[in-house]
Amino acid sequence: MDTSRAVVDEPAHESPALLHHFATKGQQKNAASLGMWVFLAQEVMFFGGMFCAYLVYRYKYFGDFGSASQQLSITLGTINTAVLICSSLTVVLGIRAIQLGKRMALVFWLIATMVLGLAFLGIKADEYAEKFERHHVPGASFSYHELLPGQMKLPAAERQYANPHHAEMFFSLYFALTGMHALHMVVGVGLFGFLAYMAWRGKYTADYYTPIENAGLYWHFVDVVWIYLFGLLYLIDRHR
Amino acid sequence: MPEHTSEHISSLASCLAVWLALLAGTTLTVTAAFIDLGPFNTVVALAIATTKAVLVVLFYMHVKYTHEKLTGLVIVSAIFWLFILLALSMADYTTRLWR
Repeated sequence: MDTSRAVVDEPAHESPALLHHFATKGQQKNAASLGMWVFLAQEVMFFGGMFCAYLVYRYKYFGDFGSASQQLSITLGTINTAVLICSSLTVVLGIRAIQLGKRMALVFWLIATMVLGLAFLGIKADEYAEKFERHHVPGASFSYHELLPGQMKLPAAERQYANPHHAEMFFSLYFALTGMHALHMVVGVGLFGFLAYMAWRGKYTADYYTPIENAGLYWHFVDVVWIYLFGLLYLIDRHR
Repeated sequence: MPEHTSEHISSLASCLAVWLALLAGTTLTVTAAFIDLGPFNTVVALAIATTKAVLVVLFYMHVKYTHEKLTGLVIVSAIFWLFILLALSMADYTTRLWR
């Protein structure tokens, strides 16, 4: 343990880098980090349930999932992927800044992350608006007439092709998956707003920045979820 | 337990290299999506997505530099549970028509 930092005349004010119930700073940091990783493992299961539902229905309604997937804008999806990757970079640069003791640089990178996160949500809102305009939102006003190239319109009772209810299931899963992902983004942007304020107040130093690091883990996890969503919802049926 | 007081600080070059690799992966996967590879489109898309995810987890989430073995245990457990969820569910749904 680092005894040189022991403060004799200020026993009442303990450093956030070493609370009294931890033996060392390393132990405290490992405990916080482990808690965050267990939370992320739980998040894997949370999104995993929806990914599993997508897998089951894509297997059952293979034909209409193809044409429904092609209704998504691959341009906006690609831009959003790039925006999220950039926001992961700004988080990493923010953590690097505070490790080097640069407080205002951390504030800058956190705000940059929030701006990119909001840009993602704005583009997502635009995509959602287009779905409403084209009546591709599941519900009473859902209307769908798209076909894959060469796909034949069959009676609705047929199992595989050109059944609007099958496309409706795709859009239900699309809104569930991207909606829950967007909700995580909203939480992340709020979190970074709070952390940017606390960083501006000078709470974090090169010695103590665990909350920044754990928020970063959360943000990167949300990025990884999007990487898979982009592939599964936008890309894999594009060639059909 | 020995305490490692010096945290790993990623170099600017490695941060930017991973960023460029992720953007390159995105370009590659979008390009590949328009080429008709039959069932292998899904394989290629998921392989590139997994490569990108591994880059993010190892470098941006600092797993490559952590000395804590429990982190690895939690990650492997999460992936394993996800595998159980997907594999057993599909083992059911893909065999329902077997008579």
